[in-house]
Amino acid sequence: MELRTTLGTLADPHSPVEPLELRNLPASRLTEDLRTMVRIRQAEAAVGDMVESGEAKCPCHLGIGQEAVAVGICGALTARDRLYGGHRAHSQYIALGGDLTAMFAEILGKQTGASKGMGGSMHLYAPETGFHGSVPIVAGTVPVAVGAALAAKMDGSDIVAVPVFGDGACEEGGVHEALNMASIMKLPVVFVVENNLYSSHLDINLRQPFDSVARFAQAHGIESEVVDGNDVVATRLAMDRLVARARAGEGPGFLEAVTYRWRGHVGHREDIDVGVRRSSDEVAAWRARDPIRRLVDALISRKDMSEGEFNAMTTHVQGEVDSAVEAARQADYPPVKALIDMVYAHAAGGR
Amino acid sequence: MAEMSYADGILEGFRYLLATYPKCFTIGQGLWSPWYVGTTMKDLDKEFGKERVIDTPVSELATTGAAIGASLHGYRPIVIHPRMDFMLLASDPIVNQAAKWRHMLGGAVSPAVTIRSIINRGGEQGAQHSQALHAWYAHIPGLRVVMPATPADARDLLISATLCDDPVIYIDDRWCYEWTDDVGPIEEQPLEVQGPRVLRQGEDVTIAAAGYSTRLALDAAEALAASGLSAEVIDVRVLNPFDPEPIVRSVEKTGRFAAIDGGWSTCGFSAELLATVAEKVAPQKLKAPSVRITLPDAPAPTSKALEDVYYPDDRLIAERLRALAA
Repeated sequence: MELRTTLGTLADPHSPVEPLELRNLPASRLTEDLRTMVRIRQAEAAVGDMVESGEAKCPCHLGIGQEAVAVGICGALTARDRLYGGHRAHSQYIALGGDLTAMFAEILGKQTGASKGMGGSMHLYAPETGFHGSVPIVAGTVPVAVGAALAAKMDGSDIVAVPVFGDGACEEGGVHEALNMASIMKLPVVFVVENNLYSSHLDINLRQPFDSVARFAQAHGIESEVVDGNDVVATRLAMDRLVARARAGEGPGFLEAVTYRWRGHVGHREDIDVGVRRSSDEVAAWRARDPIRRLVDALISRKDMSEGEFNAMTTHVQGEVDSAVEAARQADYPPVKALIDMVYAHAAGGR
Repeated sequence: MAEMSYADGILEGFRYLLATYPKCFTIGQGLWSPWYVGTTMKDLDKEFGKERVIDTPVSELATTGAAIGASLHGYRPIVIHPRMDFMLLASDPIVNQAAKWRHMLGGAVSPAVTIRSIINRGGEQGAQHSQALHAWYAHIPGLRVVMPATPADARDLLISATLCDDPVIYIDDRWCYEWTDDVGPIEEQPLEVQGPRVLRQGEDVTIAAAGYSTRLALDAAEALAASGLSAEVIDVRVLNPFDPEPIVRSVEKTGRFAAIDGGWSTCGFSAELLATVAEKVAPQKLKAPSVRITLPDAPAPTSKALEDVYYPDDRLIAERLRALAA
């Protein structure tokens, strides 16, 4: 087996962008995928505005530009599956159907939040959707998801666990332990890497000898696919294949989805000064590979949608986002007793 | 009542849990060749199967993290770290994940994992094969930390820990394994009602300790009795959440306090015990400054000459307690 090392044109924003292939997928489903991508983008833009105005204080990591990965992978899952996120997890939370008001309320530290106002942007929880928690310790949820897969296997179920992490997390030892363990125990887990070519601070070429991280899956004998993460259709179809294998008991999978974040690591700014190669030109080139616009263009060229219909969708989603933000603003903060009562299963210090 | 060793107490705890609770499993390095852990898990794999007694790759972090993940979906895993020193490789899943998930995700999540960690020292094993780091874990809100000192607790605290909805660090000590005692039948007890227990009544001095140090305290009390001094011994048992009241009540009676601990002094568990007395016992009730007997603030040595002075022995402990009680 030849080791895959380079992403080639997938990582080059100046390579020509091919029109999205819709592969005969029905307009209804693609339109829903588009709506979810728009919802993620506009919700995250609203979070960015709240950070900029000072209304949101907790660290917020925006995934604007990466929406197709979340929508592509979550489309392959059901609410019974078990997804675990990292610090940049708003997109997966929304793609699985997480409540927008609860997300904004969580970011504002309100008790109606997804985690009762105890977690903020980096700690979301919506198990009824399949979103089983996100944490900012890089790679922190990867072994946890392997355990969720172990439980699914012991139960004899066809549930699949999915840790979502980044290219930076692939430099953490825990990821390699988790890959090895999932492989040797043949667990139903699909590892998803959003390779956005930057960790918090540094270009992947300054951190790793090669820019494709799927080689780590190959090393552990795990089936892997590498896709254009700004192509929601390709991402979805690859995830479908890996999830089907895992459900059938054929072992773990690994999806590397190559994408790019338009904003900085944290907060609302672009942070072009972070990372040696990340320049204004590079950000602009990647913005031209906008996963939302590519899908819209393909839908319009297949006559599934008009520009006017897309604009109407955008306006409608903005209304949802605005009213969710407003509802979150009106909610109460957690009671002071939550500080101690939630430490242990049994309140009052656990005794 | 039947005579049982501490090591057999642990084994009986596992056998009870695995036989009674189908969702209980145990996972860690060496479980299919359990000389790693003395006789405390002997033949569990044969009795309960390799699907529930799982041997793993050499991956403390992933093994512990995976057990936490399984606990989030209805299982009651018991992770085995045959030496506490190596458990440091699993610090993120223990401290950042298990201890935090309930609180930071709004109270509905139960990382109901039990992490068994073994203190295994002496025998010239040296700095990375000897550590007793219970104070580190007891520092973390969200973790429960238990240290059995008796054969009954070796069994029963393992059961309470595993049935608890919170993450529990269960720490046993190889130096305890041979101790025997009369032990009654198993009665399940919720961990949250467990706390420090007076093992020996006395009037002149209070000694508090946990795990193997409790045995040192009992031996010291015996030696003091020969000198006409009466020591009260409190076995802490549950280090976090820590209930100081039994110690406070005892010291209010005796007026003198000593802590014996198998860790280091600086920021060690003995410091927490002395702080309890400093904060909660009125100065006029104290007849002497409190004393703590711990390891010297140095890594464990290998050379026999150094090892002999590293671990506090009965003679030294009795000497210091006699000075305190005088």
